[in-house]
Amino acid sequence: MKTQKPRRYGMVIDLDRCTGCGACMTACAAENNVAPGHAKATPRTGLTPMLVQRVSNGGAGADRREVFIPVTCMHCEHETPCVTVCPQQAVELDKATGIVNQMPQRCLGCRYCMTACAYHARYFNWWDPEWPVGMERTLNPGVAVRMRGVVEKCNFCHGRLHEAEDKAAAAGKAEIDPADYRPACVEACATQAIVFGDLNDPASDVRKASRHEDSFRLLARLGTEPKVYYRSKQEWVRGLAERGQQEVRRG
Amino acid sequence: MIRGLCFFLIGVAAIQVAGWVGLPKALYVTKAQPFEYRHKTHAEKSGSAECDGCHTLGADGVFAGLPKTESCAACHTEPQGKSAAEATLVSSYVKTEKETPWLVYARQPANVRFSHAIHTKRAKLACERCHGKHGESDTLRPYQENRISGYSRDIWGRSISRWKRVANEGMKMDDCEGCHKQQGFDTGCLSCHR
Ligand code: HEC
Ligand code: HEC
Ligand code: HEC
Ligand code: HEC
Ligand code: HEC
Repeated sequence: MKTQKPRRYGMVIDLDRCTGCGACMTACAAENNVAPGHAKATPRTGLTPMLVQRVSNGGAGADRREVFIPVTCMHCEHETPCVTVCPQQAVELDKATGIVNQMPQRCLGCRYCMTACAYHARYFNWWDPEWPVGMERTLNPGVAVRMRGVVEKCNFCHGRLHEAEDKAAAAGKAEIDPADYRPACVEACATQAIVFGDLNDPASDVRKASRHEDSFRLLARLGTEPKVYYRSKQEWVRGLAERGQQEVRRG
Repeated sequence: MIRGLCFFLIGVAAIQVAGWVGLPKALYVTKAQPFEYRHKTHAEKSGSAECDGCHTLGADGVFAGLPKTESCAACHTEPQGKSAAEATLVSSYVKTEKETPWLVYARQPANVRFSHAIHTKRAKLACERCHGKHGESDTLRPYQENRISGYSRDIWGRSISRWKRVANEGMKMDDCEGCHKQQGFDTGCLSCHR
């Protein structure tokens, strides 16, 4: 069996480049067959595996500063909270890719993982997914539609990894070409604020960016070793990193 | 006392028989294929014996699955023989340019990802290993669908108890994983699911 070396997929998001346009959110929903929001959906009950949050420094007038922070699953590597709490073993940290796998078909919908997640990056399907007539033809066949009653989240567009693997296999190769695997949000970003790749690969852009002096991770003090990094030259933005969601949202 | 026990045992036996014999029959509904297709005729008479000619694996690793009507039209714009099957093919599909709604015996649930590129190209497994002799078949066996799940009977396999199961019979998660374990490896959930 030809296996690929273990990888640690991760991303670095440059907040100084993010314009808050939301293209990543739309691309994410289209790629992953997330149905249009239900009429009764609120920001809390809707599905946004990728969510651009708007945060300010709390100042007024000329002192006011704002930043957009795209938040997705951080693919925590150490004692991954959602994995440890799941009573169903429906979540696993894949040793081969470092991706935190959510298995909707084994999920029983208890939402313990949502409580455990410090980033609010997990979402519950409160309604059966429904597409306007005709739009179901745009569904991505490489991603199964989830049903009502299960939790879902970002899996770094795993379907695209499948495609890259199939392509490599057709050429008889075990290693995928890194250029063939880019999540939809990375591709959609107009300002190329997101860099994606294998953090284990010393030559990869993502590894270099993650080790840049501007880079930081959200709530790193929790010790879960997230694999999504952020970058900003602005002191106050980096200072947001250790503040809780609630505090930040209020700001 | 003895009589009671006898009745009890007869009852248990009857339920066992109903469960093992009757239930499988009640569980599956048999559906007819659109028309009879014979791999054997084509291998012998048309010279198109190469599986890849109809079940193509693209350079991008995408497996085309079943052939499009277009590819049959090359030889079947007009009936060559006198069979009813060919007449149906020509009148209902080739002339109307519609795709044949084949019932796929091996079809997995929508949340399963299976890659022919990995198994046939890289691992070089023969088609028979999983599909048996279908590639040489002379007749289409009945397609049976599970009334509850809507899945093909081939996923579970012929035998409900799975006793004396033959190698290519049934393709449940355990069967995929069984072969992988034999090969000495294990994969994460999202390798096989999507
Ligand atoms: C001329 C075209 C053609 C060639 C060549 C051909 N097939 Fe097929 N194959 C078909 C068609 C049409 C079907 C759909 C009808 C059926 O199920 O048999 C099919 C179906 C199948 C299926 C059934 C899939 C399922 O689960 O329902 C298998 C397996 C298969 N072929 C294997 C092979 C193998 C192995 C070879 C080479 C020895 C081969 N085929 C060559 C046309 C072809
Ligand atoms: C290379 C030419 C060729 C192609 C391509 C081809 N066929 Fe045929 N087919 C034949 C020949 C030759 C016969 C035999 C005719 C006879 O002698 O009755 C035949 C016979 C048949 C018959 C009659 C029943 C039987 O099998 O004896 C059916 C049905 C049929 N083909 C379906 C198909 C379908 C469906 C496709 C497309 C997947 C297809 N064929 C593609 C050449 C071809
Ligand atoms: C390791 C097992 C395995 C091997 C080897 C294998 N297949 Fe399959 N095949 C499957 C499974 C599982 C499916 C169902 C895939 C699905 O539904 O996603 C399938 C589906 C198919 C289908 C139906 C495709 C569709 O969905 O319409 C055809 C045709 C087929 N295989 C032909 C072949 C041929 C030809 C070969 C040899 C070159 C081959 N298979 C080798 C397991 C295998
Ligand atoms: C007859 C044995 C056999 C069966 C049955 C089988 N596989 Fe495999 N599978 C293999 C082999 C051998 C490889 C290793 C291919 C390689 O890497 O060269 C493999 C590799 C894989 C891989 C890639 C693993 C990796 O880490 O790259 C996936 C995914 C996979 N199989 C899914 C499935 C699924 C889903 C099924 C059941 C529908 C299945 N397999 C049934 C033999 C089998
Ligand atoms: C080697 C491939 C493979 C791996 C690895 C795998 N599965 Fe599966 N799984 C399948 C296949 C094929 C099916 C569909 C056939 C069946 O029902 O057994 C399936 C079915 C299921 C089902 C039933 C879904 C339904 O709709 O009936 C659940 C739940 C499931 N898998 C969970 C998991 C979890 C959790 C993991 C990781 C621990 C996992 N699977 C790993 C191949 C795999």
